Amino acid sequence: MTRLERNERLIKIALFVIACSAVSILAVITIFIFSEGTPIMFKYGLRSFLLGLDWYPSEQSFGLLPMIIGSVMVTFGSLLVGVPFGLACAIFLTEFSSRRLRHILKPIIELLAGIPSVVYGFIGVVILVPFIRETLGGPGLSVLAASIILGIMILPTIISISIDSLQAVPRSYREGSIALGATKWQTTKMVILPAAKSGIIASIILGMGRAIGETMAVIMIAGNAINIPRSVLDPVRTLTSNIALEMGYASGEHRQALFATGVILFIIIMILNTIANATSVKGKAAK
Amino acid sequence: MQKSKLVFFLCLLTVIGCARDKAGTGITVAGSTSVQPFADKWAEVYMDEHPDQVVNIQGGGSSAGIQAAKSGACNIGTSSRELKPDEKDLTEIVVARDGLAIIVHTSNRIDNLTIEQVKGIFTGKIRNWREIGGNDKLITVVTREEGSGTRGAFQELVMKKDRVAKSAIVQDSNGTVREIVAGDPNAIGYISLGLVNNKVRALKLNGVPATDENIISKKYKLVRPFLFVTKGEPTPVCREFIDFVQSAEGQKLVSEEGLIPVK
Repeated sequence: MTRLERNERLIKIALFVIACSAVSILAVITIFIFSEGTPIMFKYGLRSFLLGLDWYPSEQSFGLLPMIIGSVMVTFGSLLVGVPFGLACAIFLTEFSSRRLRHILKPIIELLAGIPSVVYGFIGVVILVPFIRETLGGPGLSVLAASIILGIMILPTIISISIDSLQAVPRSYREGSIALGATKWQTTKMVILPAAKSGIIASIILGMGRAIGETMAVIMIAGNAINIPRSVLDPVRTLTSNIALEMGYASGEHRQALFATGVILFIIIMILNTIANATSVKGKAAK
Repeated sequence: MQKSKLVFFLCLLTVIGCARDKAGTGITVAGSTSVQPFADKWAEVYMDEHPDQVVNIQGGGSSAGIQAAKSGACNIGTSSRELKPDEKDLTEIVVARDGLAIIVHTSNRIDNLTIEQVKGIFTGKIRNWREIGGNDKLITVVTREEGSGTRGAFQELVMKKDRVAKSAIVQDSNGTVREIVAGDPNAIGYISLGLVNNKVRALKLNGVPATDENIISKKYKLVRPFLFVTKGEPTPVCREFIDFVQSAEGQKLVSEEGLIPVK
């Protein structure tokens, strides 16, 4: 065996080991969360976890329904804010703006993704929360505040993936449509968007995953009350903030119940990711 | 090239080794976030006077601190609430006392509440400031998260068997509770008396202002102990630090920072 061959083999083995370790870390985390979280779910019954309204861990009541509803509300709220803006921005940048403007704006939008979430939370606390309190009433720390901040936080995800999928639409589609006499907007609406649909849906689902998993900013601006909010001005607690808020102090069954919260979150995010993968694969197959 | 790498590696090892060595003689104090700023102060002065000692202060919360002391993860656990019956096997040392202040926005017209009224507000029975003589505004109740020592003490001293309303806003530190109350004219919350500043106002309770004198004379009712807990008797190194904390000098630091000395 020559030296080169030996080196080749060594590198191959090293890369294999590294690849395995990355996957096994994921496996270990999954096993750990489930082994810590599921026993208590079965001890008190899955129903009491998923449908219970009271979260008083020191009194053995572990109802997660308010948090599940909270997570869902905040996530959909953020999509209501993020999707129209994100999609409009992506359409503008790919179809209507000049190449130069796109080269300036796209990196700036991607920079948004690099801002730490605590900074978003801080801006929310300092500017948005007092604004909501003074103009709309309520405590300010609310579903609305969290939705707006999260909506801004998911913009880079939605915009950059949507741009990629819009740009992937073959040039011949545009040319064909324009040649038939369609305007630019008609082309975008009737040809480009349907063709890029699967990528756009994937971008929305990935944004949703980001929103549902966000913690720090939400803790700072959502108010974290364990009530099911009656309006968008009420405070709300999400699954992630429930874990982060109480982890430091929890022990015994309280700690296990937080892992159970993690299990539920894990399952929700898994489902979202599976849907995202399925839609993007289907999109590719269609082409 | 190879040689310089080796030298660098050896240097790194030595540094790591030294750091470990130093940590070996040190004391780890972990627990209540309410005790933490004061423990930091004690540690700072103590390490100035004993340059060979390292005292490492960590947060985590009262329950976590007690757990850590039990499991041996830290040398001294700190708690800002009384020990629960199943935690009583630990050695507890009261290092200071702290008043719990009920705080409101500086513009709030209310100056005095009874403990019953405070309880009414936090259980959600009293929902509007008008019911207790204030403006016609809904009350924003701000509480601490489950497991917090401050919440534990509040539960024990004010709420007794009742629960804090589910609609209450939950924050995870004294500081954020204070920030919210400072910003919201309709908010009420509770924090450590030592951390009250001029951005919020502490209410009188049953007509008694929250001052050091009233706490010492036991007229002000919302008082909780700050505890150091150790598993079994403290080790000599820990003993020395605890002695310093309980000494006249350590207790003076406490009162300078707004707590009530125990001696």
